[in-house]
Amino acid sequence: MSDLSVIGLHKYYGKLHVLRGLDLHIKSGEGVVLLGANGCGKSTLMRCMNGLETVQAGDISIGDQVVTQTGGRALRHLRRRVGVVFQQFNLVENLSVLQNVLYGAMGRYPGGILRVWASIAPTELRSKAMDCLERVGMADNAGSRCRELSGGQQQRVAIARMLMQEPDVILADEPVASLDPKAGREVMDLLWEVVRERRLTVFCTLHQLELATAYADRIVGMKAGEIVLDSKTEAADSEHLADLYRGNTRVDAQPATAMDDTPKNGITAHDLEAS
Amino acid sequence: MSETSSTPPTKHVSAPPPRMSSPSWFAWLILLGFGFLLFQGVQTAEISAERLWRGMNNLVIFLAQAVPPDWSDLDVIASAMLETLYMAVVGVTAGIILSLPFALLASRNTSPYPVVRVVARFMIATMRTIPDLIWALIFVVAVGLGPLAGILAIVLDTIGFAARFFSERIEEVRPGPSQALTASGAGRISVIFGAILPETLASMAATSLYSVEKAIRSAVTLGLVGAGGIGVELSTSMRLFQYDKAFAIILIVLVAVIGFEQISSAIRKRVI
Repeated sequence: MSDLSVIGLHKYYGKLHVLRGLDLHIKSGEGVVLLGANGCGKSTLMRCMNGLETVQAGDISIGDQVVTQTGGRALRHLRRRVGVVFQQFNLVENLSVLQNVLYGAMGRYPGGILRVWASIAPTELRSKAMDCLERVGMADNAGSRCRELSGGQQQRVAIARMLMQEPDVILADEPVASLDPKAGREVMDLLWEVVRERRLTVFCTLHQLELATAYADRIVGMKAGEIVLDSKTEAADSEHLADLYRGNTRVDAQPATAMDDTPKNGITAHDLEAS
Repeated sequence: MSETSSTPPTKHVSAPPPRMSSPSWFAWLILLGFGFLLFQGVQTAEISAERLWRGMNNLVIFLAQAVPPDWSDLDVIASAMLETLYMAVVGVTAGIILSLPFALLASRNTSPYPVVRVVARFMIATMRTIPDLIWALIFVVAVGLGPLAGILAIVLDTIGFAARFFSERIEEVRPGPSQALTASGAGRISVIFGAILPETLASMAATSLYSVEKAIRSAVTLGLVGAGGIGVELSTSMRLFQYDKAFAIILIVLVAVIGFEQISSAIRKRVI
């Protein structure tokens, strides 16, 4: 089972209260898009989901495993089941496309890097990586270095790496925010196709309302560290969606100076987004 | 005269900052201290026209005795030069290999514990701060005269230099790829070798080549304190006033070092 659930989640950076009591449940196989303005805590929530950040209160669980209470080996075991797609693709640019895809399988084997290094990896692993590349239409570029690829191509390779991982749940943090509209559409199409094929659970943050309504089963909206909207895509009306970007949206804005962008505690909303 | 130029400058709400600002008291203090040291330094050197003139004469005498260079002991010089190259190659290879673990322990993003990082940084800084000639003196005491002392001195000198640059490069690697591998459940060591080191290889190769150049230059001088290599021959012939032989040695050194720098910079261009 790969239900995703968040119960009473609170997260602080120092004194800054970033996530202010979140409750969310995503059913296995559901595609949920998370919307919200810059600095509302979206990325922080994503990072908490696979244990890259510790939380101060509340629980996150994937299937029957509680992310917030595991650590060490068990957490690594859990992370294997969660594929992540990043805004900046996060490929190792100096290495070949095939090597980057093979890295997707690294967590599965005890030998770690020795098992998936392209020159010594077992043949079946290499051919599986080629299958994944085939699926995203990048098999012809298997030998190129990642730095030679365009943004859209890099994100395709990142999706192939994610497929190689054989996850149950996918977290996608602004997967198309660094791409032009056309490449963004193509990547979203591809991502949703593979997700539907494998009946994976997806939790995806996006910036563009039109993309959200086009792909999501359900839309969740965040504003200033709280979930303020949660509805089926058909039922989400544009007025409510537009409201997500109005007024006091940031977690670091103080009530008295709601429109002020000055950082507090040395952490700016930009840091939260970028991290 | 046009109308615009005759109008007085517009009144601004806030005045522009002053054209000049006085240096801070700290800057004055530094300047004063520096001036004092400079003055004292010139005094200590006891520079006089008479001394400079005498020095110039001695230099001419040296050159007159040195030219033509004495090539009669070419076989001895050549084998000493070869020994120097061996010292540099062995020392720098060991140094580079040892630099990698030091650099990994000393970098913020790869060090297991902050304490380890502080200790590693301190060790690297010590190896760098103490000059190679002093290391050679210490190792001559420890392992006796000969190339081994020189090799050990080069090893430490290389670590002090290369580990620092490796570590700086490692800390500059963008965190994204390591984060991606961590998020997929990979272990720490796998992340370091899979995502961090591949991004630093080119820069490390360049640093290593530069270390080789540096090692050859220092291997030449290490012989002056008896740590093997061509420096031993040079210091002997200088002491015996065999300036023509010394000149031959200096020429050989010049050719070898320049030749090696050429090769190394050619390789570096291909790597980067």
